[in-house]
Parts: sequence; structure tokens; C-alpha cells
Amino acid sequence: MNTLSILRARHLLIAAALAFIALFLVLPLAAVFMAALEKGLEAYAAALVEPDALAAIRLTLLVAAISVPLNIVFGIVAAWSIAKFDFPGKSLLVTFIDLPFSVSPVVAGLIYVLMFGAQGWFGPWLAEHDIQIIFAVPGIVLATVFVTFPFVARELIPLMSEQGRDDEEAALSLGASGLQTFLRVTLPNIRWGLLYGVLLCNARAMGEFGAVSVVSGHLRGLTNTMPLHVEILYNEYNFVAAFAVASLLALLALVTLVLKSIVEWRFAYHRRSAGH
Amino acid sequence: MITLDGITKTFGGYRALDNIDLEVKDGEFLALLGPSGSGKTTLLRIIAGLAFPDAGTVAFDGEDVTGLKVADRKVGFVFQHYALFKHMTVADNVGFGLSVRKRGQRPPKAQIRARAEELLELVQLGGLGNRYPAQLSGGQRQRVALARALAVEPQLLLLDEPFGALDAKVRKTLRRWLRDLHKQMGLTSIFVTHDQEEALELADRVVVMDHGVIEQIGTPEQVYMEPATAFVSDFVGETNHLPGGIHVRPHEFRIVEDGGQPVIVESIFRKGGVWRIEGSLASHAEVVELDLDATLAPPSPGDTIRIVPRRLKTFPQSGATSHDQA
Ligand SMILES: Nc1ncnc2c1ncn2[C@@H]1O[C@H](COP(=O)(O)OP(=O)(O)OP(=O)(O)O)[C@@H](O)[C@H]1O
Ligand SMILES: [Mg+2]
Repeated sequence: MNTLSILRARHLLIAAALAFIALFLVLPLAAVFMAALEKGLEAYAAALVEPDALAAIRLTLLVAAISVPLNIVFGIVAAWSIAKFDFPGKSLLVTFIDLPFSVSPVVAGLIYVLMFGAQGWFGPWLAEHDIQIIFAVPGIVLATVFVTFPFVARELIPLMSEQGRDDEEAALSLGASGLQTFLRVTLPNIRWGLLYGVLLCNARAMGEFGAVSVVSGHLRGLTNTMPLHVEILYNEYNFVAAFAVASLLALLALVTLVLKSIVEWRFAYHRRSAGH
Repeated sequence: MITLDGITKTFGGYRALDNIDLEVKDGEFLALLGPSGSGKTTLLRIIAGLAFPDAGTVAFDGEDVTGLKVADRKVGFVFQHYALFKHMTVADNVGFGLSVRKRGQRPPKAQIRARAEELLELVQLGGLGNRYPAQLSGGQRQRVALARALAVEPQLLLLDEPFGALDAKVRKTLRRWLRDLHKQMGLTSIFVTHDQEEALELADRVVVMDHGVIEQIGTPEQVYMEPATAFVSDFVGETNHLPGGIHVRPHEFRIVEDGGQPVIVESIFRKGGVWRIEGSLASHAEVVELDLDATLAPPSPGDTIRIVPRRLKTFPQSGATSHDQA
């Protein structure tokens, strides 16, 4: 092949990729905003400030505010132990961390119904003590934590393994306590990777549908998160309202993408400048 | 004084260290020398308290510290790849050990900074305190790591391949500098190396290790001139293996007119201040290397010269004792 045809092939491939992205990603995203604004800005705004929509937004933020910090802690602990220590059952733990990725979210939701539902293992005990998990906020948080568990850990394991134990050992040999070592050496070393994982985790926590749908019970104004609220509006043929709320989720995705690119760029820069 | 008694360490069945006994005197500069995988780093980490032996004891000044963690042993450890904290300035790196002290013992910030500057001066990096590690050369990073270890005023300094990642020229300069620094401070120090030249040049005593056991402990002079085993003779300095377990160093041959062993010269080149001759023994087809005073006229390839060893050692092929036949 001569250079010209290589060049042409390259242009062709790039064009195909761009066309694909436009057709399957950009166009639908634009369609969401167009449908949302079909009846004008007023109808759009009204759909967002309506009480049920506000309740859904509030609940979504609450669920993310609980499950993301939980997963930061779990993710760091899991990644730390996997990357820095050898112990029996390590590969099993790695497999378990991947479980939420490989299992359908609906199944994840059903697991919690099976455990905490009225007919579930702990159902009678929970009913006796007047604790509601399924069809209530705790169930939604549990399902979200489950689904988003791998994001932080997956991001940190390779990073921490690559960094090894030297920095921590150096800190310890200089007299730092375990906590000081973590806060002043480990955390700064992983901060960009961690931020990246947190962003992905947050996007998923706010957008999760399947698992949450199973455990939520769809009580309007009470247990509906934004994705569930969108579905209900859509099923009621209230397209403008459905797409208005959907556009918020789409906006979240765009913001996440922008932040992600910034973090990635910082992360790459950090890695480059940290080269031995 | 540091006393190791019967230190043994296994990794999943593999004996990385096998019954190591060692005494390090106060103020001594000791080298752990051995090939890759001989257990040098493992031993150094056990002395530091970064790893713990399966059996045996470590004592500092007669006090058993075997179970003590690194933080409680008052050691400074310099890592092979520096392990500098990338997100901190050089001065913050050096001051780290002081800044993590408990509230009562922690000096004020300004004092930590002043101490860091002082140490950076000592390692000839004065004025670079505000840089980040990524903005330094390898040799400079190594010296920052050293300054950082010294900041906590350790009783013992441990260095793992301190010059391992540097080029030959920088190595040599840093080596001399480290020796002077050691003289000046008199701090008991142990360094790991697989470079025999480095060990011989720097150390008061050299510990030669192989496969997790100590082959010989002695002054550089002793391990070079009186190798205890065939391994030491081979590993420390260059050695010709002649039939019958005879070891002769290249400079220990003499050229004679009559008698001796005939050697056919194959190649000849200048190696520093000597001619290095590579030839083969006519009788055994063994390759020999020998050095000839560069002020003498060199033979040409193809010539036959006659040599006798001025000094040789024989090692029983499978034993560990030596017979001197100087
Ligand atoms: N954490 C570990 N797990 C398993 N094996 C180990 C571990 N650390 C060291 N070893 C093994 O112990 C032996 C000695 O290792 P060590 O690092 O002490 O060698 P070394 O003399 O420092 O070598 P080098 O010059 O290559 O650094 C090696 O065979 C190594 O594979
Ligand atoms: Mg080593």
C-alpha cells in the first residue's frame, strides 16, 4: 500500500467512527433536549419544579450522597488490601469486586428483595422491629451501593499495585503513624485516580435504573429517583415532562464527561511528571 | 553495635536467608555484596524492621529489637528507587520525619524548614528546597532521599543499592562523596550493592552473600586477596579459572623467558593503565585474561608468551576451604 491509500483509509476510518458517534450518541442526546423544550421553556421549567419531580431530584441526590462516600471508603479499603498485601482469598475478593459488573442490575435488586422483602430471610424480623428497607430509601441506597461498588476499587487497584509499597514504607521509617501515612502519602498519590473513580461512581449512582426499580416500589414523591420518575412520566405519555427530567440526567452525563476529561488530563500530566 | 543471630527468612518455601550471623560495629561502614537474588535487600529490610525474620534475633546495642517496628528502631532507610513523595517539595520531603512527630516533640514549622535547608546544604542541594522531585536529576533525588533519612537523626543508616539507578560517572562522584560524608558523621551505615568495585572502594568491611548465606566477612583487602571460597574469588574481582580448581587474578601473572605455561595471544587492548591480554592456554585450550604493565611493549596477536602465576589459590571443586600458595 502506498502512503496515499493509507491516508485515505485513515480518513475513512475516522469518518466512520465520527458518523457512528453522531448517529448513536450525539443525535439521541440532542433529541432529548429538543423533546424537552418542544413546548417552550415555561413547560420545561414547570416539569422540573413540580413537587414529584423535585422529590425525585432530592431523593437521587440523597442516594448519591450516601452511596458515593460509602463506596469511596469500601473502594479504598478493598484496593489497599488487594494492592499492598498478600493474603489467602485475594483473587476471590477481586472476583467479588467485579460481580456487580457481571450481574444484571435487576438481579442485584432481586437479591435485596429476597433478603429484606416481606417474604425475605430477614423480612419477619424487620417487620417486627418496624424497619422498612424494601420499597423505602434504605433499599434504594443498598441497591445503588451494590451496583456502583466496582467503580472506585477498580480504578485504584492497578494504580496502587503499580505504586508499590515503597512510599508508605519510607513514611513509616520516618516515624509516621499508619493514619499519617495514609493521609499524607497514600491519598495524595492516588487522588486523581480516586477522583476519576468517584465521578464514574456518582454518575452511575444517579443514573441507575434496573436495581433501583426492583426495590423502590415506585411510590410517587417518596421512593422515585429521577430515572424512575422519567419512566413513569413517559408511560403516562407526558413526554415534555419526561424529557425535561431526562435532560437533567443527560446534563449530568455531560458534566461528568467534562470533569472526567479534566481529571484524565491532570492524571496523565501527574503520571508523566512523576516518572522515575 | 548491631548483632544478628541466626536470621532465617523463607518466602513460600524458598530460603531467602539461611541462618545469618553478623555483627556491625559502631561507626562502621559495612557493605552487603552479592549477586541478584542473594538476599541482600531482605536482610537489610529485616535490620530496618520493614520485614521480620522467621527465626533468629536482631539486637541493637545488646537490646533485642526483633519484634520492633521500623518506626521504633531509629533507622534511616534509603530506598533503591528513592521513594520520594512526589507531591511534596524537596524541603517538605526532607522535613517529613520531623513534621509527623507527636505534638509535644514536633518542632515549629519554621524550625523544620530551617533544618531541611541545613540538611540540603549538607547534601549539596542548598537552594533547591522549593523544587519538586520530578524536577531533579537521579543523583539529586538520591541525595534528597539521604537528607530525608538523616533528618530524623537515626542511629543507623541503611541504603539499598544507593547508586543502582545512576550512570557510571555520577555513581563514582556520589560514591566518593558518600564516603566523605560517612567519615564526617561517623554514623553506623550498611549499604547493599551488587557492584564489587563499589563495595571495595567504600566499605570498612564487606559481607559477601550468595543464596541467602554469608560466604565471607572481611575487609576489602581480605575478601580480595584472601577469598574464603571459590564463589568469593569469582565474584570479587576478576579471576581466571585454571584446571584443578586454581584461581589466578589477571594481574597476578608474570611473563617469563623460559618455562611457565605457553599462551597464544588472541587479542590485546588497553584497559586503563595496563594492557589486557586475552589468550588461550596451549595445553588446555582454556581462555586466560592477564594484565601487563602498559609501559612495556605489548605482544601482538598470534604471539606465544610464557606465563607463571605470581600468586594463586586453589579451591577444592566442591569444598569451601582454600589453600594459599603465594
Ligand atoms: N516479598 C517476597 N515474596 C517472595 N519472594 C521474595 C520476596 N522478597 C524477596 N523474595 C525472594 O527472596 C530472594 C532474595 O531477594 P532479595 O530481594 O533479598 O535479593 P537481593 O539480593 O536484594 O537481589 P537484587 O540485587 O536483585 O536486589 C529472591 O529469590 C526473591 O525472589
Ligand atoms: Mg535488592
